[in-house]
Amino acid sequence: MSITLDAKIPEGPLADKWDNYKENERLVNPANKRKFKIIVVGTGLAGASACATLAELGYQVEAFTFHDSPRRAHSIAAQGGINAAKNYRGDGDSIHRLFYDTIKGGDFRSREGNVHRLAQVSVDIIDQMVAQGVPFAREYGGMLDNRSFGGAQVSRTFYARGQTGQQLLLGAYQQMARQVGLGNVKLWNRMELVDVVVIDGRCAGIVTRDLMTGEVSSHSAHAVVLATGGYGNAFFLSTNAMTCNVTAAWRAHRKGALFANPCYTQIHPTCIPQADDFQSKLTLMSESLRNDGRVWVPANLDETRPPDQIPEDERDYYLERLYPSFGNLAPRDISSRAAKRAVDSGRGVGPLKNGVYLDFSEAIGRLGADVVKERYGNLFEMYERITGEDPYTVPMRIYPASHYTMGGIWVDYELMTTIPGLYAAGEANFSDHGANRLGASALMQGLADGYFVLPYTVSNYLAPFLNKPIPDTSHEAFKLAEREAADRFSRYLSIGGTRSPDYFHRELGKIIWDYCGMERNQQGLEKALSEIPALYDEFQKDLNVTGDGESTNQTLEKAGRVEDFFELGMLMCHDALDREESCGGHFRSEHQTEEGEALRDDDNFAHVSAWEWTGDPTSPNLHREDLAYEEVKLQTRSYK
Amino acid sequence: MTTTLKDLTLKIWRQKGPNDAGRFETYDIPEISDEASFLEMLDILNERLIESGLEAIVFDHDCREGICGTCSLMIDGHAHGPQRGTATCQLHMRQFTSGDTIVIEPFRATSFPIIKDLMVDRAAFDRIVEVGGFISAATGGAPDGNLIPVPKPVADASMDAAACIGCGACVAACPNGAASLFTGAKLAHLNLLPQGQAERFKRAEAMVDTMDEYFGSCTNHGECEAACPKSISIDVIALMNADYRKAKFKNRKALSRT
Repeated sequence: MSITLDAKIPEGPLADKWDNYKENERLVNPANKRKFKIIVVGTGLAGASACATLAELGYQVEAFTFHDSPRRAHSIAAQGGINAAKNYRGDGDSIHRLFYDTIKGGDFRSREGNVHRLAQVSVDIIDQMVAQGVPFAREYGGMLDNRSFGGAQVSRTFYARGQTGQQLLLGAYQQMARQVGLGNVKLWNRMELVDVVVIDGRCAGIVTRDLMTGEVSSHSAHAVVLATGGYGNAFFLSTNAMTCNVTAAWRAHRKGALFANPCYTQIHPTCIPQADDFQSKLTLMSESLRNDGRVWVPANLDETRPPDQIPEDERDYYLERLYPSFGNLAPRDISSRAAKRAVDSGRGVGPLKNGVYLDFSEAIGRLGADVVKERYGNLFEMYERITGEDPYTVPMRIYPASHYTMGGIWVDYELMTTIPGLYAAGEANFSDHGANRLGASALMQGLADGYFVLPYTVSNYLAPFLNKPIPDTSHEAFKLAEREAADRFSRYLSIGGTRSPDYFHRELGKIIWDYCGMERNQQGLEKALSEIPALYDEFQKDLNVTGDGESTNQTLEKAGRVEDFFELGMLMCHDALDREESCGGHFRSEHQTEEGEALRDDDNFAHVSAWEWTGDPTSPNLHREDLAYEEVKLQTRSYK
Repeated sequence: MTTTLKDLTLKIWRQKGPNDAGRFETYDIPEISDEASFLEMLDILNERLIESGLEAIVFDHDCREGICGTCSLMIDGHAHGPQRGTATCQLHMRQFTSGDTIVIEPFRATSFPIIKDLMVDRAAFDRIVEVGGFISAATGGAPDGNLIPVPKPVADASMDAAACIGCGACVAACPNGAASLFTGAKLAHLNLLPQGQAERFKRAEAMVDTMDEYFGSCTNHGECEAACPKSISIDVIALMNADYRKAKFKNRKALSRT
């Protein structure tokens, strides 16, 4: 397939590009919008906000979620906050500074145009969410409060206790629910996307499976938005929710949507360390804790004393020592690798020696326990429930875990994939975070895409299709996709092997974590690329899915998702192997500075790697989109 | 910190579909670690069932961080189990004793019909939100976020109510199957804020009337507050009732002027 990757960045100076786009785009007249049907898959921040806004504008919207309610989407679990260039602190923030911090945080591997637009609309997001009744933290005078986050030297993060994601998602969900109540959004719950249908080179709709009855059915539309989140669960153990998966994105990829930078995965530095082999997921402790918590490990190998008996001069506050200007707020990739090095050096803490301390004793002494409780109370409670330890008296133990995926479906400036009419929004796309995402920027991007970008860009695509018929679900392409999906699920039920889907997921996750996790190298990646197909082969022969296909069957659902993770896992390793440099979350041990920091190769790798499905997961086809920097000078990231 | 292993017996409700008869089945599950969460214990059981060719137990769950509200379960007769202020996914096995028999049922309420085994349908909650659980603020025209100051105690009280995760434990725990804590929490979240005043009474009337279509009536037992994994106070029910009563007068007056 010959593909030209045109990002369609608008003309003009960087700060004017988005305005220029809006001035020149095609519009659909308000009375004609109801003639267009748009399907939105996923109801997290990006999906719910897109549903609400597109329906307010007058489009017919159909929303699909595999949850029982749109409010369950995993955006709800984001804790710390949302960035916006409001400069309410008067501390030197600006749209340009947020833009620059995001580009730099992403290790100069994201598109200037997209990131600048994100910084521009960030200020509108806060206004919008306040108007909708999100109970952001306030100061006593009634003004909005801010906190600091990693990778920034200004205080620009808005928050609602440790539940910012919950409150923002409820805000977006409520706006969407309003449109459901008004009859402008049709809501399909407990429905999972199982295929994307392309007819005459355009996205014509989707095929879904009803998770309560197993019924496979088709839905046609003028445009489809995938807002289906990231693929962090490829690692099995991650901070993602149990059902987070890559299926929607992967099914689109198999139908022609290129998948960009799959090796850019973010390992979050502050999660509760694994306690045992049967653990099902890892729990994040918000990065905001690093505002007041100090990270340390014992200076001595084989330290056995409890933390409160280790004197100050025998502790290594390694982030403060290595990165004095950012200290405990160094960006996520840098903090994660520093934790890994501390644990690998044998100075890990806890019963399995697999963590580092995050200590609040200094903050409790300085601020008092009440202030600390007000800021982080719910996180401390969560920690205590999981570990049985009280962080007010014993330092937390933390360790990095898979948390977010910067890679995703390739999209242009309009958030359109390489399949015309198919869009990807939020974590599902690859566009704004480069090789590393800064804290409190995921919520910003999800809402930017759904509230302030898609509602503009969709009309530019739809306008020429006014009053033209679209293929309906009786089209042969829909029928074929339905048959293929039904056959796939019957196949899982008929293998009759001995192992559960979870077994294969766990084994696959181990391979990806060991060889394509926090640190990668050629030898390991090649090993992974020989082990994954072997395990995949075993999956196809020895899988056991009990139950039937005509009622709720979570084992069957899981089998489909695990199969897609197998194919994605291979692509992640291919991408990591191809990218012979270190940048952001992608750290190749062959490419590091003498001090162990990431060593980029801008001459050869200042591009987006966008992979094409060839029908064979072991030999994907690579396309490149060169990243042109007009505003920013590429430089080595330094947080020292 | 030492990890201890426990041998447990589980009595679990199995039901093939919404219209089938259900029954308890008993499972012995040895050597469960203290570090396991309650749902990880069910994962272990399910994996053992699958590998012996039996159908896994269906239960709703997702984030496992106590925030998405997907998980449910009546555990020994308590919604979300015996630990106060804790969702099932955050309940850990250190709360139980070796040799215990644990009874696990789906949330019990007529308004939450059983889908299969331990999974119930809580869609009625969405219907309540759809009629008024929002502030009508279409995208695009919002004024600056700091234009309307919100006093900190007001923002805090609103946030206390907004912490509701929509799990339905309040309904499951209520002898009447009432949804007053859920509805009251959403009303308190929005009605306390200055932004929520314009639609305050319309919202109260619409949400309460819709709630009454699906759920039983509140008689102030207070079981809901005790079961709530976010410990939301039943004060929100008093606020709801006050606003609903006022709404009945104010909305009539507003109508008569048109």
